[in-house]
Amino acid sequence: MMDGLYALMDQLLPTSIFGMQFMKNALLALLLLTPLLALLGTMAVNRRMAFFSDALGHSALAGAGAGLLLGISNQTAVLIVFGVLWALLISRINRTGGASADTNISVFSSTGIALGLVLLSQGGSFARASSLLVGDVLAIGPNDLLWLAIALVGGVIAWALLYNPLLLSAVNPHLADSRGIKTRLVEDLFVCLVAVAVMLAIRWVGVLLINALLILPAAAARNLARSAPQHALFSVIISLLSGVIGLIAAYTLGSSVGAAVVLCAALFYALSLLVRRMLRIVN
Amino acid sequence: MQANEAIHRCGLCRIEMRGVSVRMEQDTLIQDVNLHAHCGQLTVLIGPNGGGKTTLLRAVLGQVPYEGKILHLDEQDKPFAQVRVGYVPQQLPFDKQMPLTVRDLLAAALTRRPVWTGVGRKARQAAENALILAQAQGLINKRLGALSGGELQRVLLALALSPAPDLLILDEPVSGVDHNGQALFLDTVNALRRQQHMAILMVSHDWTLVREYADQVALIDKTTRIVGTAEEVFDSPAFAASFPHTHGPGRSA
Repeated sequence: MMDGLYALMDQLLPTSIFGMQFMKNALLALLLLTPLLALLGTMAVNRRMAFFSDALGHSALAGAGAGLLLGISNQTAVLIVFGVLWALLISRINRTGGASADTNISVFSSTGIALGLVLLSQGGSFARASSLLVGDVLAIGPNDLLWLAIALVGGVIAWALLYNPLLLSAVNPHLADSRGIKTRLVEDLFVCLVAVAVMLAIRWVGVLLINALLILPAAAARNLARSAPQHALFSVIISLLSGVIGLIAAYTLGSSVGAAVVLCAALFYALSLLVRRMLRIVN
Repeated sequence: MQANEAIHRCGLCRIEMRGVSVRMEQDTLIQDVNLHAHCGQLTVLIGPNGGGKTTLLRAVLGQVPYEGKILHLDEQDKPFAQVRVGYVPQQLPFDKQMPLTVRDLLAAALTRRPVWTGVGRKARQAAENALILAQAQGLINKRLGALSGGELQRVLLALALSPAPDLLILDEPVSGVDHNGQALFLDTVNALRRQQHMAILMVSHDWTLVREYADQVALIDKTTRIVGTAEEVFDSPAFAASFPHTHGPGRSA
Protein backbone atom coordinates (compact mmCIF):
# COMPACT_ATOMS: atom_id res chain seq x y z
CA MET A 1 0.00 0.00 0.00
CA MET A 2 2.78 2.40 0.94
CA ASP A 3 4.58 1.78 -2.35
CA GLY A 4 1.55 2.87 -4.30
CA LEU A 5 1.24 5.94 -2.13
CA TYR A 6 4.92 6.80 -2.60
CA ALA A 7 4.59 6.44 -6.37
CA LEU A 8 1.55 8.69 -6.35
CA MET A 9 3.43 11.28 -4.34
CA ASP A 10 6.34 11.16 -6.80
CA GLN A 11 3.92 11.98 -9.59
CA LEU A 12 2.00 14.68 -7.78
CA LEU A 13 4.73 16.55 -5.95
CA PRO A 14 6.42 19.15 -8.13
CA THR A 15 9.74 19.07 -6.32
CA SER A 16 12.55 16.56 -5.87
CA ILE A 17 12.82 17.48 -2.21
CA PHE A 18 10.43 14.66 -1.42
CA GLY A 19 12.37 12.11 -3.44
CA MET A 20 13.72 10.33 -0.39
CA GLN A 21 11.37 8.02 1.41
CA PHE A 22 11.95 9.60 4.84
CA MET A 23 10.86 12.95 3.40
CA LYS A 24 7.69 11.40 2.06
CA ASN A 25 7.03 9.83 5.43
CA ALA A 26 7.67 13.10 7.21
CA LEU A 27 5.33 14.94 4.87
CA LEU A 28 2.59 12.37 5.42
CA ALA A 29 3.15 12.54 9.18
CA LEU A 30 2.77 16.31 9.22
CA LEU A 31 -0.34 16.17 7.04
CA LEU A 32 -1.87 13.69 9.50
CA LEU A 33 -0.69 15.33 12.72
CA THR A 34 -1.28 18.99 12.25
CA PRO A 35 -5.00 19.14 11.31
CA LEU A 36 -6.23 17.33 14.43
CA LEU A 37 -4.09 19.49 16.69
CA ALA A 38 -5.29 22.57 14.80
CA LEU A 39 -8.95 21.60 15.30
CA LEU A 40 -8.54 20.88 19.01
CA GLY A 41 -6.51 24.05 19.31
CA THR A 42 -9.47 26.26 18.38
CA MET A 43 -11.21 25.23 21.57
CA ALA A 44 -8.02 25.27 23.65
CA VAL A 45 -7.54 28.90 22.59
CA ASN A 46 -11.17 29.86 23.16
CA ARG A 47 -11.13 28.26 26.60
CA ARG A 48 -7.80 29.91 27.47
CA MET A 49 -6.11 26.57 27.96
CA ALA A 50 -2.80 27.33 26.25
CA PHE A 51 -0.91 27.09 29.50
CA PHE A 52 -2.76 23.92 30.43
CA SER A 53 -1.78 22.13 27.23
CA ASP A 54 1.78 23.32 27.70
CA ALA A 55 1.90 21.63 31.11
CA LEU A 56 0.32 18.57 29.56
CA GLY A 57 3.09 18.37 26.97
CA HIS A 58 5.73 18.65 29.66
CA SER A 59 4.22 15.69 31.46
CA ALA A 60 5.37 13.49 28.57
CA LEU A 61 8.80 13.49 30.20
CA ALA A 62 7.32 12.11 33.39
CA GLY A 63 5.26 9.64 31.38
CA ALA A 64 8.32 8.36 29.54
CA GLY A 65 10.17 8.16 32.87
CA ALA A 66 7.34 6.14 34.38
CA GLY A 67 7.43 3.78 31.40
CA LEU A 68 11.15 3.27 31.86
CA LEU A 69 10.67 2.62 35.58
CA LEU A 70 7.93 0.06 34.96
CA GLY A 71 9.83 -1.51 32.11
CA ILE A 72 7.07 -1.00 29.55
CA SER A 73 8.40 -1.04 26.02
CA ASN A 74 5.45 0.55 24.21
CA GLN A 75 6.33 4.16 24.88
CA THR A 76 3.38 5.74 23.07
CA ALA A 77 0.86 3.73 25.09
CA VAL A 78 2.52 4.77 28.36
CA LEU A 79 2.61 8.40 27.28
CA ILE A 80 -1.09 8.38 26.40
CA VAL A 81 -2.21 6.73 29.63
CA PHE A 82 0.01 8.98 31.70
CA GLY A 83 -1.05 12.10 29.78
CA VAL A 84 -4.76 11.37 30.21
CA LEU A 85 -4.36 10.81 33.96
CA TRP A 86 -2.22 13.94 34.29
CA ALA A 87 -4.75 16.05 32.38
CA LEU A 88 -7.66 14.80 34.48
CA LEU A 89 -5.68 15.45 37.64
CA ILE A 90 -4.93 19.06 36.66
CA SER A 91 -8.61 19.65 35.81
CA ARG A 92 -9.71 18.10 39.07
CA ILE A 93 -7.40 20.25 41.16
CA ASN A 94 -8.36 23.37 39.23
CA ARG A 95 -12.01 22.73 40.06
CA THR A 96 -11.50 22.17 43.75
CA GLY A 97 -10.03 25.64 44.04
CA GLY A 98 -7.14 26.41 46.34
CA ALA A 99 -4.58 28.31 44.34
CA SER A 100 -5.48 30.04 41.05
CA ALA A 101 -5.52 27.96 37.89
CA ASP A 102 -2.26 29.37 36.50
CA THR A 103 -0.45 28.57 39.75
CA ASN A 104 -1.80 25.01 39.79
CA ILE A 105 -0.83 24.46 36.20
CA SER A 106 2.65 25.84 36.77
CA VAL A 107 3.13 23.45 39.68
CA PHE A 108 2.08 20.52 37.49
CA SER A 109 4.22 21.72 34.62
CA SER A 110 7.45 21.88 36.62
CA THR A 111 6.64 18.70 38.53
CA GLY A 112 6.20 16.85 35.25
CA ILE A 113 9.54 18.07 33.92
CA ALA A 114 11.44 17.40 37.14
CA LEU A 115 9.95 13.94 37.61
CA GLY A 116 10.72 13.07 34.03
CA LEU A 117 14.31 14.31 34.18
CA VAL A 118 14.98 12.44 37.42
CA LEU A 119 13.67 9.18 36.00
CA LEU A 120 15.14 9.52 32.51
CA SER A 121 18.60 10.66 33.59
CA GLN A 122 19.20 7.58 35.72
CA GLY A 123 22.62 6.32 34.84
CA GLY A 124 23.87 9.84 34.23
CA SER A 125 22.79 10.34 30.60
CA PHE A 126 20.37 12.91 29.24
CA ALA A 127 20.10 11.21 25.85
CA ARG A 128 16.66 9.72 26.50
CA ALA A 129 15.31 13.02 27.76
CA SER A 130 16.76 15.12 24.99
CA SER A 131 15.39 12.93 22.19
CA LEU A 132 11.93 13.39 23.69
CA LEU A 133 12.46 17.11 24.18
CA VAL A 134 13.16 17.79 20.53
CA GLY A 135 11.50 14.93 18.65
CA ASP A 136 12.31 13.87 15.10
CA VAL A 137 9.66 13.55 12.45
CA LEU A 138 12.23 12.34 9.91
CA ALA A 139 12.51 9.09 11.89
CA ILE A 140 8.86 8.15 11.39
CA GLY A 141 8.07 4.85 9.67
CA PRO A 142 5.09 3.42 7.76
CA ASN A 143 3.77 1.65 10.84
CA ASP A 144 3.71 4.87 12.84
CA LEU A 145 1.98 6.60 9.96
CA LEU A 146 -0.79 4.05 10.07
CA TRP A 147 -1.32 4.79 13.75
CA LEU A 148 -1.39 8.51 13.05
CA ALA A 149 -3.99 7.97 10.35
CA ILE A 150 -6.15 5.95 12.72
CA ALA A 151 -5.71 8.62 15.38
CA LEU A 152 -6.71 11.35 12.94
CA VAL A 153 -9.91 9.57 11.96
CA GLY A 154 -10.76 8.64 15.54
CA GLY A 155 -9.91 12.10 16.80
CA VAL A 156 -12.04 13.86 14.20
CA ILE A 157 -15.01 11.61 15.00
CA ALA A 158 -14.63 12.27 18.73
CA TRP A 159 -14.31 15.97 17.97
CA ALA A 160 -17.50 15.89 15.93
CA LEU A 161 -19.42 14.36 18.82
CA LEU A 162 -17.95 16.58 21.49
CA TYR A 163 -17.86 19.95 19.80
CA ASN A 164 -21.38 21.37 20.12
CA PRO A 165 -21.83 20.75 23.86
CA LEU A 166 -18.30 21.93 24.48
CA LEU A 167 -18.94 25.14 22.57
CA LEU A 168 -22.01 25.93 24.69
CA SER A 169 -20.14 25.30 27.91
CA ALA A 170 -17.30 27.50 26.67
CA VAL A 171 -19.75 30.38 26.24
CA ASN A 172 -21.39 29.81 29.62
CA PRO A 173 -21.30 26.64 31.76
CA HIS A 174 -24.56 27.44 33.55
CA LEU A 175 -26.30 27.89 30.24
CA ALA A 176 -24.96 24.53 29.09
CA ASP A 177 -26.07 22.90 32.35
CA SER A 178 -29.58 24.22 31.93
CA ARG A 179 -29.79 22.53 28.53
CA GLY A 180 -28.98 19.16 30.02
CA ILE A 181 -25.32 19.12 29.00
CA LYS A 182 -23.05 17.29 31.40
CA THR A 183 -20.54 20.12 31.41
CA ARG A 184 -17.91 18.39 33.54
CA LEU A 185 -18.01 15.19 31.56
CA VAL A 186 -17.72 17.07 28.28
CA GLU A 187 -14.79 19.11 29.58
CA ASP A 188 -13.04 16.02 30.92
CA LEU A 189 -13.47 14.23 27.61
CA PHE A 190 -12.00 17.24 25.86
CA VAL A 191 -8.83 17.29 27.98
CA CYS A 192 -8.50 13.52 27.45
CA LEU A 193 -8.78 14.00 23.70
CA VAL A 194 -6.15 16.76 23.79
CA ALA A 195 -3.91 14.52 25.88
CA VAL A 196 -4.18 11.65 23.38
CA ALA A 197 -3.50 13.92 20.39
CA VAL A 198 -0.55 15.61 22.08
CA MET A 199 1.02 12.33 23.23
CA LEU A 200 0.67 10.76 19.78
CA ALA A 201 2.44 13.69 18.22
CA ILE A 202 5.09 14.29 20.84
CA ARG A 203 7.60 11.69 19.66
CA TRP A 204 7.77 13.43 16.31
CA VAL A 205 7.50 17.06 17.35
CA GLY A 206 9.04 17.06 20.82
CA VAL A 207 8.00 18.26 24.26
CA LEU A 208 9.40 21.74 23.69
CA LEU A 209 7.35 22.54 20.60
CA ILE A 210 4.24 20.39 20.71
CA ASN A 211 2.11 23.08 22.33
CA ALA A 212 2.93 25.48 19.52
CA LEU A 213 1.26 23.15 17.00
CA LEU A 214 -1.86 23.09 19.13
CA ILE A 215 -2.03 26.81 19.90
CA LEU A 216 -0.36 28.81 17.11
CA PRO A 217 -2.54 27.85 14.10
CA ALA A 218 -5.70 28.24 16.16
CA ALA A 219 -4.53 31.56 17.57
CA ALA A 220 -3.66 32.89 14.11
CA ALA A 221 -6.99 31.66 12.72
CA ARG A 222 -8.84 33.33 15.55
CA ASN A 223 -7.45 36.68 14.46
CA LEU A 224 -8.99 36.20 11.03
CA ALA A 225 -12.23 34.33 11.67
CA ARG A 226 -15.57 35.70 12.72
CA SER A 227 -17.49 32.43 12.95
CA ALA A 228 -16.80 29.01 14.42
CA PRO A 229 -16.61 27.15 11.07
CA GLN A 230 -14.17 29.78 9.76
CA HIS A 231 -12.05 29.40 12.86
CA ALA A 232 -11.74 25.64 12.32
CA LEU A 233 -11.13 25.96 8.57
CA PHE A 234 -8.48 28.69 8.84
CA SER A 235 -6.75 26.86 11.67
CA VAL A 236 -6.49 23.64 9.64
CA ILE A 237 -5.27 25.48 6.54
CA ILE A 238 -2.63 27.39 8.49
CA SER A 239 -1.45 24.21 10.20
CA LEU A 240 -1.15 22.30 6.91
CA LEU A 241 0.69 25.17 5.23
CA SER A 242 3.02 25.49 8.20
CA GLY A 243 3.70 21.75 8.07
CA VAL A 244 4.56 21.66 4.38
CA ILE A 245 6.49 24.93 4.23
CA GLY A 246 8.30 24.10 7.47
CA LEU A 247 9.38 20.71 6.17
CA ILE A 248 10.71 22.18 2.92
CA ALA A 249 12.50 24.95 4.81
CA ALA A 250 14.07 22.48 7.23
CA TYR A 251 15.31 20.33 4.34
CA THR A 252 16.75 23.32 2.54
CA LEU A 253 18.44 24.72 5.64
CA GLY A 254 19.33 21.35 7.09
CA SER A 255 17.70 22.16 10.43
CA SER A 256 15.10 20.66 12.78
CA VAL A 257 11.75 20.02 11.10
CA GLY A 258 9.62 20.58 14.19
CA ALA A 259 11.26 23.92 14.86
CA ALA A 260 10.88 25.06 11.26
CA VAL A 261 7.19 24.14 11.25
CA VAL A 262 6.60 26.08 14.45
CA LEU A 263 8.51 29.10 13.16
CA CYS A 264 6.35 29.00 10.09
CA ALA A 265 3.19 28.93 12.21
CA ALA A 266 4.56 31.84 14.25
CA LEU A 267 5.03 33.75 11.01
CA PHE A 268 1.39 33.07 10.13
CA TYR A 269 0.41 34.37 13.54
CA ALA A 270 2.31 37.61 12.94
CA LEU A 271 0.69 37.91 9.52
CA SER A 272 -2.76 37.32 11.00
CA LEU A 273 -2.23 40.20 13.41
CA LEU A 274 -1.30 42.46 10.52
CA VAL A 275 -4.24 41.37 8.39
CA ARG A 276 -6.61 41.80 11.31
CA ARG A 277 -5.35 45.33 11.74
CA MET A 278 -5.59 46.19 8.10
CA LEU A 279 -9.04 44.78 7.59
CA ARG A 280 -10.23 45.80 11.04
CA ILE A 281 -11.82 42.39 11.51
CA VAL A 282 -13.74 42.95 14.66
CA ASN A 283 -17.36 42.25 13.93
CA MET B 1 -61.20 34.10 33.63
CA GLN B 2 -57.92 34.25 31.84
CA ALA B 3 -56.11 32.33 34.56
CA ASN B 4 -58.51 29.39 34.29
CA GLU B 5 -58.13 29.32 30.57
CA ALA B 6 -54.41 29.12 30.99
CA ILE B 7 -54.64 26.23 33.43
CA HIS B 8 -56.68 24.22 30.97
CA ARG B 9 -54.35 24.75 28.11
CA CYS B 10 -50.97 23.95 29.54
CA GLY B 11 -49.54 20.57 30.47
CA LEU B 12 -47.54 21.80 33.37
CA CYS B 13 -49.71 23.59 35.87
CA ARG B 14 -47.38 24.84 38.56
CA ILE B 15 -44.02 24.57 40.20
CA GLU B 16 -44.40 24.04 43.91
CA MET B 17 -41.50 24.68 46.24
CA ARG B 18 -42.07 23.23 49.66
CA GLY B 19 -39.67 23.92 52.48
CA VAL B 20 -36.69 24.34 50.19
CA SER B 21 -33.35 24.89 51.92
CA VAL B 22 -29.87 25.12 50.46
CA ARG B 23 -26.73 24.82 52.54
CA MET B 24 -23.16 25.31 51.42
CA GLU B 25 -20.76 23.89 53.97
CA GLN B 26 -21.66 25.79 57.18
CA ASP B 27 -23.75 28.53 55.56
CA THR B 28 -27.48 28.35 55.11
CA LEU B 29 -28.14 30.22 51.87
CA ILE B 30 -31.91 29.81 51.90
CA GLN B 31 -34.15 28.15 54.43
CA ASP B 32 -37.69 26.84 54.18
CA VAL B 33 -38.73 28.62 50.99
CA ASN B 34 -42.35 28.01 50.03
CA LEU B 35 -43.60 29.28 46.70
CA HIS B 36 -45.95 28.32 43.88
CA ALA B 37 -45.31 29.49 40.36
CA HIS B 38 -48.26 28.97 38.03
CA CYS B 39 -48.16 28.59 34.31
CA GLY B 40 -49.27 31.63 32.39
CA GLN B 41 -48.00 33.76 35.23
CA LEU B 42 -44.92 35.85 35.72
CA THR B 43 -43.60 35.37 39.23
CA VAL B 44 -40.92 37.86 40.19
CA LEU B 45 -38.41 37.14 42.91
CA ILE B 46 -37.15 40.23 44.69
CA GLY B 47 -34.87 40.56 47.68
CA PRO B 48 -31.61 42.09 48.84
CA ASN B 49 -28.29 40.99 47.34
CA GLY B 50 -27.11 37.81 48.96
CA GLY B 51 -30.69 37.05 49.98
CA GLY B 52 -30.72 33.80 48.04
CA LYS B 53 -32.72 34.54 44.86
CA THR B 54 -30.15 33.11 42.49
CA THR B 55 -29.58 30.17 44.83
CA LEU B 56 -33.29 29.38 44.69
CA LEU B 57 -33.23 29.49 40.89
CA ARG B 58 -30.25 27.17 40.84
CA ALA B 59 -32.10 24.75 43.10
CA VAL B 60 -35.07 24.79 40.72
CA LEU B 61 -32.64 24.18 37.85
CA GLY B 62 -31.17 21.25 39.79
CA GLN B 63 -27.72 22.81 39.81
CA VAL B 64 -27.31 22.82 43.59
CA PRO B 65 -28.35 20.15 46.11
CA TYR B 66 -31.29 21.18 48.28
CA GLU B 67 -33.53 19.89 51.03
CA GLY B 68 -37.30 20.04 50.81
CA LYS B 69 -39.35 19.48 47.68
CA ILE B 70 -39.58 21.13 44.30
CA LEU B 71 -42.55 19.62 42.52
CA HIS B 72 -43.65 20.07 38.96
CA LEU B 73 -47.38 19.34 38.93
CA ASP B 74 -50.01 19.12 36.22
CA GLU B 75 -53.59 20.28 36.60
CA GLN B 76 -54.61 17.16 38.53
CA ASP B 77 -51.79 17.69 41.01
CA LYS B 78 -49.94 14.76 39.52
CA PRO B 79 -46.21 14.99 39.02
CA PHE B 80 -45.39 16.26 35.58
CA ALA B 81 -42.54 14.17 34.36
CA GLN B 82 -40.87 15.92 31.49
CA VAL B 83 -40.41 19.49 32.50
CA ARG B 84 -38.52 21.53 29.99
CA VAL B 85 -36.78 24.42 31.62
CA GLY B 86 -35.55 27.42 29.69
CA TYR B 87 -32.94 29.54 31.42
CA VAL B 88 -31.65 33.01 30.68
CA PRO B 89 -28.61 33.63 32.87
CA GLN B 90 -27.57 36.95 34.31
CA GLN B 91 -25.31 38.73 31.95
CA LEU B 92 -22.09 36.90 32.54
CA PRO B 93 -18.75 37.91 31.17
CA PHE B 94 -17.79 35.73 28.23
CA ASP B 95 -14.97 35.98 25.75
CA LYS B 96 -16.12 38.80 23.46
CA GLN B 97 -13.34 38.12 20.97
CA MET B 98 -14.42 34.54 20.35
CA PRO B 99 -15.08 33.85 16.67
CA LEU B 100 -18.67 32.80 17.14
CA THR B 101 -21.81 34.10 15.50
CA VAL B 102 -25.35 34.02 16.84
CA ARG B 103 -26.06 31.42 14.16
CA ASP B 104 -23.21 29.21 15.42
CA LEU B 105 -24.39 29.37 19.01
CA LEU B 106 -27.98 28.47 18.18
CA ALA B 107 -26.97 25.74 15.74
CA ALA B 108 -24.70 24.19 18.39
CA ALA B 109 -27.57 24.18 20.86
CA LEU B 110 -30.37 23.04 18.56
CA THR B 111 -28.81 20.62 16.10
CA ARG B 112 -26.40 17.70 16.19
CA ARG B 113 -24.14 18.50 13.29
CA PRO B 114 -20.86 19.79 14.72
CA VAL B 115 -20.74 23.50 14.04
CA TRP B 116 -17.07 23.46 13.02
CA THR B 117 -18.05 21.53 9.89
CA GLY B 118 -20.33 24.40 8.91
CA VAL B 119 -23.96 25.33 9.45
CA GLY B 120 -26.35 23.77 6.97
CA ARG B 121 -29.68 25.05 5.76
CA LYS B 122 -31.65 23.06 8.34
CA ALA B 123 -29.61 24.32 11.25
CA ARG B 124 -29.85 27.87 9.96
CA GLN B 125 -33.62 27.52 9.71
CA ALA B 126 -33.79 26.21 13.29
CA ALA B 127 -31.73 29.19 14.43
CA GLU B 128 -33.95 31.61 12.53
CA ASN B 129 -37.12 30.11 14.00
CA ALA B 130 -35.71 30.42 17.50
CA LEU B 131 -34.73 34.04 16.97
CA ILE B 132 -38.19 34.96 15.69
CA LEU B 133 -39.66 33.89 19.06
CA ALA B 134 -37.52 36.45 20.82
CA GLN B 135 -37.91 39.11 18.11
CA ALA B 136 -34.24 38.87 17.31
CA GLN B 137 -34.35 37.79 13.65
CA GLY B 138 -31.95 40.45 12.48
CA LEU B 139 -29.14 39.26 14.72
CA ILE B 140 -28.46 35.87 13.12
CA ASN B 141 -25.23 36.81 11.34
CA LYS B 142 -23.82 39.00 14.08
CA ARG B 143 -20.89 37.95 16.15
CA LEU B 144 -21.92 37.12 19.71
CA GLY B 145 -19.27 39.42 21.15
CA ALA B 146 -20.53 42.33 19.05
CA LEU B 147 -24.08 42.28 20.43
CA SER B 148 -25.35 45.00 22.76
CA GLY B 149 -26.51 43.93 26.21
CA GLY B 150 -30.16 43.92 25.16
CA GLU B 151 -29.45 42.03 21.95
CA LEU B 152 -27.48 39.37 23.80
CA GLN B 153 -30.30 38.85 26.25
CA ARG B 154 -32.76 38.40 23.39
CA VAL B 155 -30.49 35.80 21.80
CA LEU B 156 -30.26 33.99 25.13
CA LEU B 157 -34.05 34.20 25.39
CA ALA B 158 -34.37 32.70 21.91
CA LEU B 159 -32.17 29.87 23.08
CA ALA B 160 -34.18 29.38 26.28
CA LEU B 161 -37.41 29.22 24.26
CA SER B 162 -36.18 26.47 21.94
CA PRO B 163 -37.47 23.87 22.41
CA ALA B 164 -40.54 25.46 24.04
CA PRO B 165 -40.12 25.26 27.83
CA ASP B 166 -42.78 24.64 30.48
CA LEU B 167 -40.89 26.83 32.86
CA LEU B 168 -38.84 29.85 31.92
CA ILE B 169 -36.25 31.09 34.39
CA LEU B 170 -34.85 34.60 33.99
CA ASP B 171 -32.09 35.71 36.35
CA GLU B 172 -32.00 39.51 36.28
CA PRO B 173 -32.34 39.36 32.53
CA VAL B 174 -32.31 43.09 31.93
CA SER B 175 -29.83 44.45 34.44
CA GLY B 176 -27.28 46.51 32.56
CA VAL B 177 -29.51 46.74 29.50
CA ASP B 178 -30.62 50.14 28.21
CA HIS B 179 -34.22 51.24 28.64
CA ASN B 180 -35.42 50.36 25.12
CA GLY B 181 -33.79 46.97 25.37
CA GLN B 182 -35.50 46.32 28.69
CA ALA B 183 -38.93 47.23 27.39
CA LEU B 184 -38.51 45.11 24.26
CA PHE B 185 -37.30 42.13 26.27
CA LEU B 186 -40.08 42.28 28.82
CA ASP B 187 -42.81 42.90 26.25
CA THR B 188 -41.61 39.79 24.45
CA VAL B 189 -41.65 37.75 27.64
CA ASN B 190 -45.05 39.13 28.54
CA ALA B 191 -46.51 38.15 25.19
CA LEU B 192 -45.05 34.67 25.47
CA ARG B 193 -46.54 34.20 28.89
CA ARG B 194 -49.98 34.85 27.41
CA GLN B 195 -49.56 32.89 24.18
CA GLN B 196 -47.66 29.85 25.41
CA HIS B 197 -48.83 29.69 29.00
CA MET B 198 -45.46 28.94 30.39
CA ALA B 199 -44.63 29.54 34.01
CA ILE B 200 -42.05 32.27 34.34
CA LEU B 201 -39.74 32.87 37.28
CA MET B 202 -37.79 36.09 37.10
CA VAL B 203 -35.37 37.82 39.42
CA SER B 204 -35.51 41.60 39.22
CA HIS B 205 -34.38 44.67 41.11
CA ASP B 206 -36.32 47.15 39.04
CA TRP B 207 -39.45 48.07 41.00
CA THR B 208 -41.07 49.89 38.09
CA LEU B 209 -40.76 46.85 35.89
CA VAL B 210 -41.95 44.58 38.71
CA ARG B 211 -45.06 46.73 39.14
CA GLU B 212 -45.76 46.73 35.44
CA TYR B 213 -45.24 43.08 34.57
CA ALA B 214 -45.45 40.81 37.64
CA ASP B 215 -48.52 38.69 38.35
CA GLN B 216 -47.01 37.60 41.60
CA VAL B 217 -44.11 38.92 43.63
CA ALA B 218 -42.14 36.93 46.20
CA LEU B 219 -39.75 38.60 48.59
CA ILE B 220 -36.85 36.21 49.22
CA ASP B 221 -34.53 37.17 52.05
CA LYS B 222 -33.08 33.87 53.30
CA THR B 223 -36.65 32.57 53.21
CA THR B 224 -39.97 33.60 51.66
CA ARG B 225 -40.85 36.77 53.59
CA ILE B 226 -44.04 37.57 51.71
CA VAL B 227 -45.79 36.50 48.51
CA GLY B 228 -48.49 38.57 46.86
CA THR B 229 -49.21 41.20 44.25
CA ALA B 230 -46.64 43.92 43.71
CA GLU B 231 -48.68 46.38 45.81
CA GLU B 232 -49.13 43.94 48.66
CA VAL B 233 -45.43 43.18 48.79
CA PHE B 234 -44.19 46.75 48.42
CA ASP B 235 -46.51 48.01 51.15
CA SER B 236 -45.62 45.24 53.58
CA PRO B 237 -43.51 45.63 56.75
CA ALA B 238 -41.39 42.70 55.49
CA PHE B 239 -40.40 44.74 52.42
CA ALA B 240 -39.46 47.72 54.57
CA ALA B 241 -37.37 45.42 56.77
CA SER B 242 -35.49 43.88 53.82
CA PHE B 243 -34.98 47.18 52.03
CA PRO B 244 -34.55 49.73 54.85
CA HIS B 245 -33.26 52.48 52.56
CA THR B 246 -36.02 52.31 49.99
CA HIS B 247 -38.86 54.72 50.51
CA GLY B 248 -41.91 54.07 48.41
CA PRO B 249 -40.73 51.60 45.77
CA GLY B 250 -42.91 53.04 43.03
CA ARG B 251 -40.88 56.24 43.02
CA SER B 252 -37.45 54.89 43.77
CA ALA B 253 -36.79 53.03 40.57
